[in-house]
Amino acid sequence: MKIRYLLPALIVLAFASLFIGVKDISPLDLFDLSDDKARVLLISRVPRLISILIAGISMSIIGLIMQQLSRNKFVSPTTAGTMDSARFGVLVSLMVFTNASPLEKMLVAFVFSLLGTLIFMKILDKVKYKDTVFIPLVGLMFGNIVSSITTFFAYKYDLIQNVSSWLHGDFSMIIKGQYELLYISIPLVLIAYLFANKFTIAGMGEEFSVNLGLNYKRIVNLGLIIVALISSVVILTVGTIPFLGLIIPNIVSLYHGDNLKKILPHTALLGAVFVLFCDILGRVIIYPYEISIGLTVGVIGSGIFLYLLLRRKAYGL
Amino acid sequence: MVEVKNVSKKYGNKHVVENVSIQIAKGKITSFIGPNGAGKSTLLSMISRLISKDSGQIVIDGHDITQTKSNDLAKKISILKQSNDISVRLTIRELVSFGRFPYSQGRLTKEDWKYVDEAIAYMRLEDIQDKYLDQLSGGQRQRAYIAMVLAQDTEYILLDEPLNNLDMKHSVQIMKVLRKMVDELGKTIIIVIHDINFASCYSDFIVALKDGKVVKEGTIDEIINTPTLQEIYDMEIQVETINQNKICIYFN
Repeated sequence: MKIRYLLPALIVLAFASLFIGVKDISPLDLFDLSDDKARVLLISRVPRLISILIAGISMSIIGLIMQQLSRNKFVSPTTAGTMDSARFGVLVSLMVFTNASPLEKMLVAFVFSLLGTLIFMKILDKVKYKDTVFIPLVGLMFGNIVSSITTFFAYKYDLIQNVSSWLHGDFSMIIKGQYELLYISIPLVLIAYLFANKFTIAGMGEEFSVNLGLNYKRIVNLGLIIVALISSVVILTVGTIPFLGLIIPNIVSLYHGDNLKKILPHTALLGAVFVLFCDILGRVIIYPYEISIGLTVGVIGSGIFLYLLLRRKAYGL
Repeated sequence: MVEVKNVSKKYGNKHVVENVSIQIAKGKITSFIGPNGAGKSTLLSMISRLISKDSGQIVIDGHDITQTKSNDLAKKISILKQSNDISVRLTIRELVSFGRFPYSQGRLTKEDWKYVDEAIAYMRLEDIQDKYLDQLSGGQRQRAYIAMVLAQDTEYILLDEPLNNLDMKHSVQIMKVLRKMVDELGKTIIIVIHDINFASCYSDFIVALKDGKVVKEGTIDEIINTPTLQEIYDMEIQVETINQNKICIYFN
């Protein structure tokens, strides 16, 4: 899990990703690019690659931030109601402002996912029984409640097809002009890196933070805002990618601990490599058709998640 | 000097700490003793601003703690709570380096690292400094936390039951280190402690609390005697002098 292995892997996969698809483009074509091949590259392949990278990096990082702030290894945007709340927000924006622009949709989704995550954190405060597995279960239940409200209104207003498209992560619909919202994640990830040490201290608890003179509440709120913003952006452009924010930080933490400043680059890289790998797999398995990223990550991710859970038992962590 | 003036704290209708006034001398170990629920930990948490007080004033070296910036206080006073069960996986060295946060805000200079190295050496953790906290024994972990507080380089160090869950050997080890920190480095240490024999053997002053009030405060001789202990704990405790230490016998 060293950076010197991850980085070449990322470059190779990224390069491969550009040349896999129904339209046959080989690396050699780059020297003599016909108009339609250039178009395919610029309109579809490159945007797809960029969105894979950004989504993989940012989702893994917000998972890590959530785990530190909630002090629980199994909390992530998909297990804390964040994603479900964001989806509810998108639905509300569709219901209230019928012609909402992507940015408006994102803002409404952001407000909802922030509220949802705050509610989850409040529940976390109240729960006395802080078992590592119990907490994410509460989060999943909470998420499902929000989700069922979403489904109810979606049926009522005939928006169910829209909703299911955000339920399932999918990169195949990404083309130029539809993914640019994702760029908002980049400055957020940078901010996360700048505040990494503070997130780690906050992860050691409120008393610990106060002892070191850190404004605990402000840092937690900043973290949750980053989480909610990135979740909303990703859900609107790509959809939900399950388990990503859960398994990537956990794998990195196994090898490199939890010092955020140190492990953020690892987490980002591994996240990108993992999503890229799953996407390529999804594209070649039933070529020329595609399996969506939500499915491939879901299958591989749930396997890894199970392994992590069982391993945790074996080591009594 | 830490001055606590008429400090009270209520939870609901119950006074946990009621009108407590004490002064804590510099360069000494002061132990807070008393039965469960006496308000020892609450008082310690209020002195270290972890929890707010309802009334009264706490002054550290002439500065009222409510009017001092939290980051400035972090350079003056540090606290370790009894339940530092940190789930974050850090190595000892990483943990200790966070002790420099009040000075560096996370960007450690060469000088900061010097403090980190010194603290690790002082607590004799050099050999295991790259081990993760969850791989350590209770005693090692407690030493790592104390090393972090040392790197924080505060004049006042507050410890809430530092011997909790430690066996005799490690308890003695910790108390000796605390004594050394006071004698060699001139620190002022305030501890909440249950074992009155450790309080008797290692501290300079004892503050005895009961039902949120100070029953008595003073030197070892003034506190560790049968009548006073009777007043604090409502039980008869025999006191023997062994090697110039006053030892309480309370097992039968």
